[in-house]
Amino acid sequence: MSSPVLVESLASPVTDRALRAYLGSVPSVDDVMVHQRVAALATRSIKKESKRAALELAVRMTDLTTLEGQDTPGKVRQLASKAVRPDPSDPSIPSVAALCVYPSMVPHAAPVLAGSGVHLAAVATYFPSGQAPGESRVADVRTAVEAGADEIDMVIDRGAFLAGDYVKVFEDIVATKEACGDAHLKVILETGELGTYDNVRKASMLAMAAGGDFIKTSTGKISPAATREVTLVMFEAIRDFHALTGRRIGMKPAGGIRVAKDAIRYLVLLHETLGMDWMTPDLFRFGASSLLNDVLMQIRWLDTGRYQSADYFTKD
Amino acid sequence: MGRLDVRKTHKLYIDGAFPRSESGRVFPAEDSNGQVVARMSQASRKDLRDAVRAARGAQPGWAGRTAYNRAQILYRVAEMVEDRREAFAAQLEVDGRDRAAVDAEIEASIDRLVWYAGWSDKFAQVLGNLNPVAGPFFNISVPEATGVIGVAAPEEPPLLGLVSVVAPVVVSGNTAIVVPSGRWPLTAVTFAEALATSDVPGGVVNLLTGFKDELLPWLAGHMDVNGLDLDGAPSDMVGALVDAGAENLKRTRTDRTDDWWAASAQSPYRIAAFTETKTVWHPKGR
Repeated sequence: MSSPVLVESLASPVTDRALRAYLGSVPSVDDVMVHQRVAALATRSIKKESKRAALELAVRMTDLTTLEGQDTPGKVRQLASKAVRPDPSDPSIPSVAALCVYPSMVPHAAPVLAGSGVHLAAVATYFPSGQAPGESRVADVRTAVEAGADEIDMVIDRGAFLAGDYVKVFEDIVATKEACGDAHLKVILETGELGTYDNVRKASMLAMAAGGDFIKTSTGKISPAATREVTLVMFEAIRDFHALTGRRIGMKPAGGIRVAKDAIRYLVLLHETLGMDWMTPDLFRFGASSLLNDVLMQIRWLDTGRYQSADYFTKD
Repeated sequence: MGRLDVRKTHKLYIDGAFPRSESGRVFPAEDSNGQVVARMSQASRKDLRDAVRAARGAQPGWAGRTAYNRAQILYRVAEMVEDRREAFAAQLEVDGRDRAAVDAEIEASIDRLVWYAGWSDKFAQVLGNLNPVAGPFFNISVPEATGVIGVAAPEEPPLLGLVSVVAPVVVSGNTAIVVPSGRWPLTAVTFAEALATSDVPGGVVNLLTGFKDELLPWLAGHMDVNGLDLDGAPSDMVGALVDAGAENLKRTRTDRTDDWWAASAQSPYRIAAFTETKTVWHPKGR
């Protein structure tokens, strides 16, 4: 990287000048090469034993998600049970990483997950638009944490970012991180609204410098949501940030990942870009709902040699 | 300068599209003298998997059409076969029959399609019932489509046999994965073209040319296939296929048809074989 800027100089309250110097040092992205590399890695042939291991890892990395206006306490409890034991007929299938719900649903999920080791993530800061006054956004986070969430998925103010008000985006993240206390903070960039890979890379560097523990592609409410291309750009940003600071930031592609084959392609990309250190649920998650059933179906196909039917897996 | 031949690439028919086999394999179609007349795509288990996925996706929409509309579409298939008589005749003649014989097969196939099209809005009246019950209720049984059906078409006659097994399965709202004749596969691809131009939605009929001994075990073992018509399966495979199909209780038809030309080869009971009976109780009042 050209002229690396000391990230320590970005302590809050940050100046516009310092932030611009930092983001100005972020190199631009070569779109064509991103697509080419992603396409090349998608053709990797994965042998059967590796596939079985990758599928099980994908289960352990899943943030099982339900973020619908029609969510009910009953549905959330049911999904929480599924998070703990994804396949009731096969106890060898591990639990997922976390359940991801709206803050109002946290009290319903928490008792089901207690003691299971499954984390409870809440989307806060007025997900999915984030269009609310700063104090309301922070209050949203506090409520979720007090109710038992130990991970918070926040959205950045895309409007402020696109308008060039980086200080506001930065201070928002700092304030949210503070409100999180011990809870892990995932910062949703909503890449589908950022327009260019250069913006994605800048927003990633900004979110990491401001204190995000994870960066996350999307809310799932905007199309396009996660793509492998945008994920690669964010992986590269994470690698740069690690080189710069020694800190390991996690990554969560979310939205649009529905089939096991796709999940394995993400894992290949992860392995080839960030390496084995990141192949853990502590540093990589899939934000998904329907993906889990497809992964379970593929595992059973590998185990039984029979192509499977959705009829024999739980409906969410 | 002479013009270069533009030869047809014979492909599979999956989800309304004509892909090559994902495996890249082909097998020769031979005439009665053993001369290679074309190379056919040889479907693999992964093509079959894709076909089942397409059939599953298409099934609710197809069953949700009105019976009247399914009749129109099947009749349209008959029209499109009629329109392709020359192409079918040329492909059927490779087995050594004369033109009169193959014309007879094409006509019988068209008539059979029209016959089943007619049954579309009638089989429910014939196979369904108003049951007498000891109470003030209407008790009504109606046949509904079973779902996704795997079909082994007979080796001969190639076109009439294919039509005779596909039409009764799809007329009620099922979708089908069909393995056509391996010895005479040419007409299956042309039949697929007739389907593709007849408003039959993609995925309702999927045709996989290839080898039955390779494909049928995967079809019988597939958990997302609800029924199997083994009329055209090699007789030495039927036992194992029935066993494999039992894993998810597939509705399996093992009757063998000796004479595909006979009137008995078309029957509403072929439709009934792949329907489920739903019975509804409705209060009658006084």
